[in-house]
Amino acid sequence: MTYGEWILDLLLAFPLLAALAVLLGSEAVAKRVALGATLIEFLLSVPLWWMFDPGTAAMQFEVTHPWIPQWGIMFSLGIDGISLFMVLLTTFTMPLAVLGSWNYIKEKQRAYYALLLVLTTGMLGVFVALDLFVFYVFWEVMLIPMYFLIGVWGGPRRLYAAIKFFLFTFVGSLLMLVAILAMYYVVGRTTGEYSFAYGHLLANVGSVDRWAFWLFGAFFLAFAIKVPMFPFHTWLPDAHVEAPTAGSVILAGILLKMGTYGFLRFAVPFFPDVAFHPTVQAVVVVLAVIGIIYGALVAMVQPDFKKLVAYSSISHLGFVMLGIWALSLQSVEGAIVIMINHGISTGALFFLAGMLYERAHTREIAAFGGIAKVVPALAATLTIVSLSSIGLPGTNGFIGEFLVLVGSFGTFPWATVVAATGVIFAAAYLLRALQGLIYNRLDKPEHERMRDLSARELAVLVPLIACILWMGLYPAPFLRRMEASAQALVEQIKGPEAPTAHVQVEVP
Amino acid sequence: MIPASVDLSQASGLLVAMMPEVFLTGWVLLLLLVVAWQHRSAEDQRLVARLSLAGLFVTLGLVLVYWLRGPEAEGLEVMVALDGFRFATAAVFLIGAILAVAVSQQYLGRERILVPEYYVLILLATIGMMFMGGGADLVVIFLGLELMSVAVYVLAGINRRSVFAAEAALKYFLLGAFASAFLLYGIALIYGATGTTNLTLIYVQISAIGLQTDAMLIVGIAMLLIGFGFKVAAVPFHMWTPDVYDGAPTPVTAFMAAAVKAAAFAALVRILVQALAPMDAVWTEALWWLAAITMVVGNVVALAQRRLKRMLAYSSIGHAGYILVAVASGTDLGTAALLYYVLVYTLMTVGAFAVLAVAGRGGERDTLIDDLNGLGSRRPWLAFAMTVFMLSLLGFPGTAGFIGKWYILSAAVQAEQLKLAIVLVGASILSAGYYLPVIMAMYMKAPASETAHADTRAVGAVRWVIGVTAALLLLFGVWPNAMLDLAREESRQLRPAVVVTVSR
Repeated sequence: MTYGEWILDLLLAFPLLAALAVLLGSEAVAKRVALGATLIEFLLSVPLWWMFDPGTAAMQFEVTHPWIPQWGIMFSLGIDGISLFMVLLTTFTMPLAVLGSWNYIKEKQRAYYALLLVLTTGMLGVFVALDLFVFYVFWEVMLIPMYFLIGVWGGPRRLYAAIKFFLFTFVGSLLMLVAILAMYYVVGRTTGEYSFAYGHLLANVGSVDRWAFWLFGAFFLAFAIKVPMFPFHTWLPDAHVEAPTAGSVILAGILLKMGTYGFLRFAVPFFPDVAFHPTVQAVVVVLAVIGIIYGALVAMVQPDFKKLVAYSSISHLGFVMLGIWALSLQSVEGAIVIMINHGISTGALFFLAGMLYERAHTREIAAFGGIAKVVPALAATLTIVSLSSIGLPGTNGFIGEFLVLVGSFGTFPWATVVAATGVIFAAAYLLRALQGLIYNRLDKPEHERMRDLSARELAVLVPLIACILWMGLYPAPFLRRMEASAQALVEQIKGPEAPTAHVQVEVP
Repeated sequence: MIPASVDLSQASGLLVAMMPEVFLTGWVLLLLLVVAWQHRSAEDQRLVARLSLAGLFVTLGLVLVYWLRGPEAEGLEVMVALDGFRFATAAVFLIGAILAVAVSQQYLGRERILVPEYYVLILLATIGMMFMGGGADLVVIFLGLELMSVAVYVLAGINRRSVFAAEAALKYFLLGAFASAFLLYGIALIYGATGTTNLTLIYVQISAIGLQTDAMLIVGIAMLLIGFGFKVAAVPFHMWTPDVYDGAPTPVTAFMAAAVKAAAFAALVRILVQALAPMDAVWTEALWWLAAITMVVGNVVALAQRRLKRMLAYSSIGHAGYILVAVASGTDLGTAALLYYVLVYTLMTVGAFAVLAVAGRGGERDTLIDDLNGLGSRRPWLAFAMTVFMLSLLGFPGTAGFIGKWYILSAAVQAEQLKLAIVLVGASILSAGYYLPVIMAMYMKAPASETAHADTRAVGAVRWVIGVTAALLLLFGVWPNAMLDLAREESRQLRPAVVVTVSR
């Protein structure tokens, strides 16, 4: 068997086995086993980067096993130029998440690390599922570990945050379940073949035209809550703030991407006529732009650093939505790039927020000040990561936002102009936070003996910074791998005469 | 040993066809004799429990043998049916009874209830249920229903020292009698309209004479639905449920919520599909509303409950609503979904009540959800099993409850009852509001004191019940294939086999 034939199965199965090993092992070695397992998982997934054929938009590494054939349910998996990055982002983030929890999690370590591993399988499953039933199962199953991570190891208001997170997601996804079933029956009745296979439903989606609006609405709600789009975002600040550091990192880095991934993979390709109906389009774009500005403005007034980062996520994800709905090659590529960036930069910011909290036991920006003198390495890292989140040229943040803005300007000039101010706001809130945290005067005597980054913390942050610079300076390998898929999406909706000439991004 | 086909119009044929029921009845009579002599000590009670379990297992074996290589009916099915649906439902009732008996042993000992007749009554009720699911004649179904109901009235009040149990029994008896009267009146009217009580013949008569708009028949069906509405605790006929479930001993509550309800649904579906299929325009509409109201009210009221037992009681009303959705679809798929869900529902309900019986004290009326605080750290396996039950009741992927709910949803969507499907989904969302707090209490809140849960221990058979039901729920959640095939197969057999030709 070649690598491509077993890799996706293994990627899903391995974390589950590892979770079992963690549970059966002793409390003391739980984190070591988890770290080893997530590292192996990452190493297993790395060859995907080279094995992936960037020349085609078709699904690759496909595997199909019968699961419940009576209902036309196949356990079929595969990845294309969109999910490739989500898979790698997940496997890349998980070892860091384990390392980031190393000292922070002191109670019930076995359960904690086992849940992280189960969560890994859940998230990867969402990104590689090519059967809507399988997709739905993973989409829901991953709720439970996250619910426990927030509810058991979270902050003071963890119970409220956990149940809010659960209920919000659950509301959206159950309506999506009805929509999936409706598609299954309508398509099945028309074609005579009852199947949940993504390809089958996509090819025959024309037969559900009559209900397309409602079906799109159900998918839209599920994904918009997850993204989260304004006004469905209210679960996010609570969940982010109360979750333990690794939980926030995973939430921001990967879980939110499930929403935008859902749009790219399901909602938009299934129902392009509804999604790009002028009214719907206008509503989505307006909501996306509101999200960009609103998230940035609220972030600007947050005294709590973690909350600030949480609101900045709403702003960043607004760019992704704008990029998808602008539907040009650049804007869609930009949207995917932002999805990756946001996972890296915001993940890193959450790690840093956690490290600051572990040192000072507060997240109030005002409680710090001038610590750059005491902890230069931490301050430098925080600066680089903040600049990448702002979108400074030379960092990954710039590539994504630039592509989205360039790609969207032709379609929605005004929305793009307004959205662009979001970048300015981003500079405003992050630089203000930076100033409050690490510059100013060192006027709090208790911070004078603060520890600088330990080797373990550096091990978490250095890979993230490496990615920030790599994507910022040489994004071509990324863009090349997503181009075929992005182009296929655009062409499927706009027709093959879509402008294929594209700006070659060259950044010094 | 078993003939390939039997003539049900002959007494000998009937005897062969009813072998499982006949065996269990004989066993019950034998047990009554045992109880008459051995009823003084807890030791005697354990003996009766063991004998009951043995009888139930043998009957289950017989049912399975009949199911696998069952005889066919020669000609008309008189009095009892000989189809897979009968044996499938009988197996579910027997499993429910076995689980209930197993849960009862530790419970009765702890609550100092020394009434060995308890087990005899459970067996009697089970015989009644088997006739409800297997009767081919309205009279047989009614007799089964009465046999079951009378036994369960007594069971509800078996703890004579408890005022609440007495109240529960009396309430259940009065309202149950009321419901039976409705049912009987409905049967009488249907007989009046069609001139027969045999299910297949009713079907033939309705089609042949063209009774689709006959007022007497429609009123009869309405009465029938009201009667069954009481039995399955559908809103607005559910008023008795919370108090009765609350007051009865917990294992009896589990038995009522699972097996009794399942039996009522089995009989209802059999009558509707086998006899009243030509009238589906009448009953699907009625059931549509019944299902919608039941789901919404059951779940909304459950949200407000702080006490675990009452919460489970209301949640069982909500589940009756889900099953009604399957019935309301009026299709084979709906029947198959019902079969699957009834099995899953029995497992998860009995499991949840078993955990309650282990964790609670003194009738469990006052056990709050908060009393489970910290169970996750003190009794991890028990808490894990309870989590599985709660997630399954919620219909979460990975558990059998999800497959069951998915099945019911497919039936609704396939029958183009999208609105009902959306109501179901909405009700499920509500239900997260009361199932999750149980999980939350167990894992995310600290135990009330150092000694909390110190004497919460599942001993003996209960441990098996909890373990096996949780494991089966997970298994059927991931690999439901075999059960789905069975459910689909048996639901098809329920359709009347006769071809009606009407000459005009």
